Amino acid sequence: MLSVKNIETWYDLIRALHGISFEIKQGDIVALLGSNGAGKTTTLKTIMRLLEDDQPEKGTIEFMGKRIDRMDTEEIVRLGISYVPEGREVFPELTVMENIQMGAYTRKDRQGIKDDIEGILKQFPILSERRNQQAGHLSGGEQQMLAIGRALMSRPKLLMLDEPSLGLSPLLTKEIFAIIQRINQEGVTILLVEQNVNMALKYSHYAFLMENGRIVRADKPEVLREDDDVKEFYLGIATETSAKGYKRYRRKVRFR
Amino acid sequence: MFEMLLIEGLAIGACYGLFGVAVAIIYKTSDVVNFAQGEMGMMSTFVAYHIMTAYGWPFYIAFPATLIFAILLGMAIEFCFLRPAKEPTVLGLLILTLGAEMLLMGLAGWKWGAEQKDFPFLLSVHKTVEIFPGFALNEWTIGVFVLTTVVMVLLFLFFRYSKLGIAMRATQQNENAAKIMGIKVERVFSITWGMSSLIGALAAMFFAARSVLDPNFMMEPFMRAFAAAVLGGLTSIPGVVIGGLILGIIENFFGYAWPEWKPIVAFVVIILIITVRPSGLFSKHYVKKV
Ligand SMILES: Nc1ncnc2c1ncn2[C@@H]1O[C@H](COP(=O)(O)OP(=O)(O)OP(=O)(O)O)[C@@H](O)[C@H]1O
Ligand SMILES: [Mg+2]
Repeated sequence: MLSVKNIETWYDLIRALHGISFEIKQGDIVALLGSNGAGKTTTLKTIMRLLEDDQPEKGTIEFMGKRIDRMDTEEIVRLGISYVPEGREVFPELTVMENIQMGAYTRKDRQGIKDDIEGILKQFPILSERRNQQAGHLSGGEQQMLAIGRALMSRPKLLMLDEPSLGLSPLLTKEIFAIIQRINQEGVTILLVEQNVNMALKYSHYAFLMENGRIVRADKPEVLREDDDVKEFYLGIATETSAKGYKRYRRKVRFR
Repeated sequence: MFEMLLIEGLAIGACYGLFGVAVAIIYKTSDVVNFAQGEMGMMSTFVAYHIMTAYGWPFYIAFPATLIFAILLGMAIEFCFLRPAKEPTVLGLLILTLGAEMLLMGLAGWKWGAEQKDFPFLLSVHKTVEIFPGFALNEWTIGVFVLTTVVMVLLFLFFRYSKLGIAMRATQQNENAAKIMGIKVERVFSITWGMSSLIGALAAMFFAARSVLDPNFMMEPFMRAFAAAVLGGLTSIPGVVIGGLILGIIENFFGYAWPEWKPIVAFVVIILIITVRPSGLFSKHYVKKV
């Protein structure tokens, strides 16, 4: 469904993505994992074309058989990709309801929009309660629900979420993941960026591991879970200690 | 006497407020005080003047034609001056609007000359209408009140209920998120400048009808409107209009008592506001952050 080939993205003179490639199959939940600064957000922004106009510098991105690496963000949204950015980015001085309506900006079918709003409010009862409140006054968790609900309003085929569990309590994190799973079961393919590797591996069908702007592992979660590096550096399960008792430096990684 | 001073102050204040709204709409979207605003209004007024005097067409044709010109002028200035600036600083944007101001003033001076002209306007300051027995207002004053009210109501409905209006507010609050929603933010900027220029042109024609028309005639009204906008908080549209009304009243009473000091009232107000309450009297944003 989404096929990224050899993407290189630069911030001025800094190369953030060193030629990454991956594919996402329709219907999957795909996790994109990696430590801080690995380039996960940059990858999503590159796909959405939110960076400078001349980025990605190299490579191609195809969505449902169409090249989208030179399209405008607005066209990409129309094609069916929706993006929940890192840090929610709701419109703080619009009401919850207006935020949700903005999610349907590209659509024209009034009745369909109405029905979908109903659906979103049913799915997120907390939003229904707060519908006339300014979004900036919601709690972090409520804002995350709003950001997801808003992103669903464009009826996406692919939903990309950037660290949806950031700053949420374990309980709320679980709820968010359950929601993501439910959305997926309704037929939306999902690309999920996460720091919470444990949870992400639990819910995803496939996972990529990023490091320093490269994809260093790509496998099923069951396999990655057993991987020594993943265990040690992402899941925090120490497997070996060196003679001096220090943590061993990261083992060298294979590049794809 | 008191009544007259009050009403006159309110009327001229409404005009400042209206022009201040034009400033505020751009400020909210582009994050810059558009110093070319006055000259954009001046240019539009000259176009109306030209259509009426050089072509001899009646006011009811010149007026809508001018409004269309104003919209296109606003869009053109945004397109030519602001859009090419990549990741501009506030200072950089400010300089750009100053450049646009110089250009427009030069153009008007070259085309129409520096001498003062009478602007033939539909509503006169000298003709009065008796609204109810014993209470008369001049046409100009009635026109200003009606226009300001209509513009305010339309703006309120537009920003509250129309999809484009809400999208414009969304873009003001978070441009990147607006893009993600599929909003064409460049078009929003364009429309914002067109709208602002339109409102500015309406107010400018009223100013011209009251004083005279020359390439500099909008300098002072712009400064006053700017003061009104700062007074009202620059971000709240009703706040800006109320700021204009307050300024108009202060100025009129002050000018009656000490005529020679009248021109500086606006600046005293700006300085006071900046020292006492920099976010303006009616800014919501400020309250939220406390
Ligand atoms: N606007 C920018 N200008 C310059 N460099 C940037 C910019 N944004 C990101 N980078 C750099 O690109 C690299 C990748 O950043 P990115 O935000 O994609 O990381 P990330 O994987 O999302 O990290 P995190 O988990 O902390 O969100 C980092 O080294 C970062 O410093
Ligand atoms: Mg990130």
